[in-house]
Amino acid sequence: MYQIRWHGRGGQGAVTAARIFGLAASVYGDSFAQSFPSFGAERRGAPVLSFTKVDSVPILDRRQIYEPNMVVILDKSLIKLTNVTEGLKPGGKIVVNASEMPAEFKTKAITDNFELILVNATRIALEILHKPIVNTAMVGAACRASGLVTLESLAKAITELFPGSQEEINQLTARRAYEEAQIYRQGGDLH
Amino acid sequence: MRERKFLSGNHAVAYAVKYIQPEVIAAYPITPQSSIVEKISQFVANREVDADFIRVESEHAALSACYGAACAGCRVFTATSSQGLAYMAEMLPYVSGSRFPMVMPVVNRSMAAPWTIWGDQQDAISQRDTGWIQLFVENAQEAFDTCLQAYRLAEDPAVLTPVMVNLDGFVLSHTEELVDLPAPEEVQAFLPPYQAKYAVDFTNPTTFCFGATPEVFAEYKYHQQAAMEAARQKITDLAVEFEQLFGRNHGGLIKEYSCEDADYILVTLGSFTGTARTAAQKLRAMGKKVGVLKVRSFRPFPAHEVARVLANTKAFGVLDRNYSYGNEGALFTEIKASLYDCAVRPPGLNFIGGLGGRDIRLDEFEAMFTKLEQAAGEPGTVKAVNFIGLR
Repeated sequence: MYQIRWHGRGGQGAVTAARIFGLAASVYGDSFAQSFPSFGAERRGAPVLSFTKVDSVPILDRRQIYEPNMVVILDKSLIKLTNVTEGLKPGGKIVVNASEMPAEFKTKAITDNFELILVNATRIALEILHKPIVNTAMVGAACRASGLVTLESLAKAITELFPGSQEEINQLTARRAYEEAQIYRQGGDLH
Repeated sequence: MRERKFLSGNHAVAYAVKYIQPEVIAAYPITPQSSIVEKISQFVANREVDADFIRVESEHAALSACYGAACAGCRVFTATSSQGLAYMAEMLPYVSGSRFPMVMPVVNRSMAAPWTIWGDQQDAISQRDTGWIQLFVENAQEAFDTCLQAYRLAEDPAVLTPVMVNLDGFVLSHTEELVDLPAPEEVQAFLPPYQAKYAVDFTNPTTFCFGATPEVFAEYKYHQQAAMEAARQKITDLAVEFEQLFGRNHGGLIKEYSCEDADYILVTLGSFTGTARTAAQKLRAMGKKVGVLKVRSFRPFPAHEVARVLANTKAFGVLDRNYSYGNEGALFTEIKASLYDCAVRPPGLNFIGGLGGRDIRLDEFEAMFTKLEQAAGEPGTVKAVNFIGLR
């Protein structure tokens, strides 16, 4: 089972991101999935968690996620506030929305063998959506990083969840982030 | 046409209502139930559900409005949680005593105080003796399927008893997963429109909810119990019929998981069933003979079926997401009573967990099975009631 934890702030669409990923992987892919928010009350602007589980067989295990394979950080201001890599499995992936790789992760990449994926989702969202709602961009980057969901499945999931005028621009946003997401290598060069 | 959707447990219930087509819906919002009736109100606004949606001032009023509509012969729907169910408490036996075939999903949430919105099953268990059939589901698909089955069950002329469909708050209500939706015509064959045998009719006047004297009251109660007995067989039959039509069987009164040769069995109710099975799978791979028994129907209680499955174990455990204060977990009491007539009774342990929304870890499930081995090996060394992960 592949487990993803999404870190955002209330209003950025982290819960929707978890849903888009699960929908794309299951209904529009060939996997089974679950997505859920952190249970309880949420406030706009406050740190928010959401989760996606993906597996090739029906998912019996209904526990919350404690040891994710991947964490996706929609808002880099959360890095100093919360322990975003808590429980992340050795060799796990960190997908972060930033213009350059935060220094905190560069060390962790060495000590815990994490793989770092960088995408400037805020810039992409501002360019295409004209607002800093980064969830569809971050799902695009997460699909690329995980290899579990194709761009085609993702586009179909966006069609289902973003009807009307939002459909095409969100597909474009996701595609751009999918293409721009870069694996960070030690030494600072990006591939 | 059949279709496959990615739905939360609550939205699975709302989609079931599209197939059920109640004529009157009355509800009051409460977390974690609200998204059921929010979605249904959208369906009503879009005319995908052809019902009168009555916005009421409380849960007591919601069930009262449904009661009135049921008197008029309508198929009705409401849903609630926790304090909302408690607020309905007065009306619950009115509905069951009047033999109205209502179906009400209850999204299980703890009872205050301390105040909380998170889940356990104290709300529904506390209403055990109100004369409602109480079914518990383990995933969104079962929530959808059980809503369809529940209307068939409630409206059966031999049953005419209301049904609570219980789904755990958040773990089911707010978790999205794959749900297969049947074609509308398939459901029409399974669940035809409701024809009330008794309804308010000015040309043929009937009295509803009259006062009963000591000469007749007990007979009404006897018939309610007889209807519960009829429901027992009906629940089992419906699971089989449903499987023939739709290819899914979530169990009738119970559902066994690797119980046939099991030395140790854990009994569950609701959404922890899947995680318990995950733990059992892991232990089976290590050569341990363990199983999981899901109780799907809490009322009527499957005493005979439970005894058959548990009688030959070395020890059994019962996971309760409730507490009957002054005694033990409510399910544990019932399971033990089921075994009373067995010649040899295995030792049993009660595990209290998942209260107020606390998760139960996989190693905690494994530890439950270890405790069962200990209880069988050295009887009397393990206390009967064990709170899981108590700090």
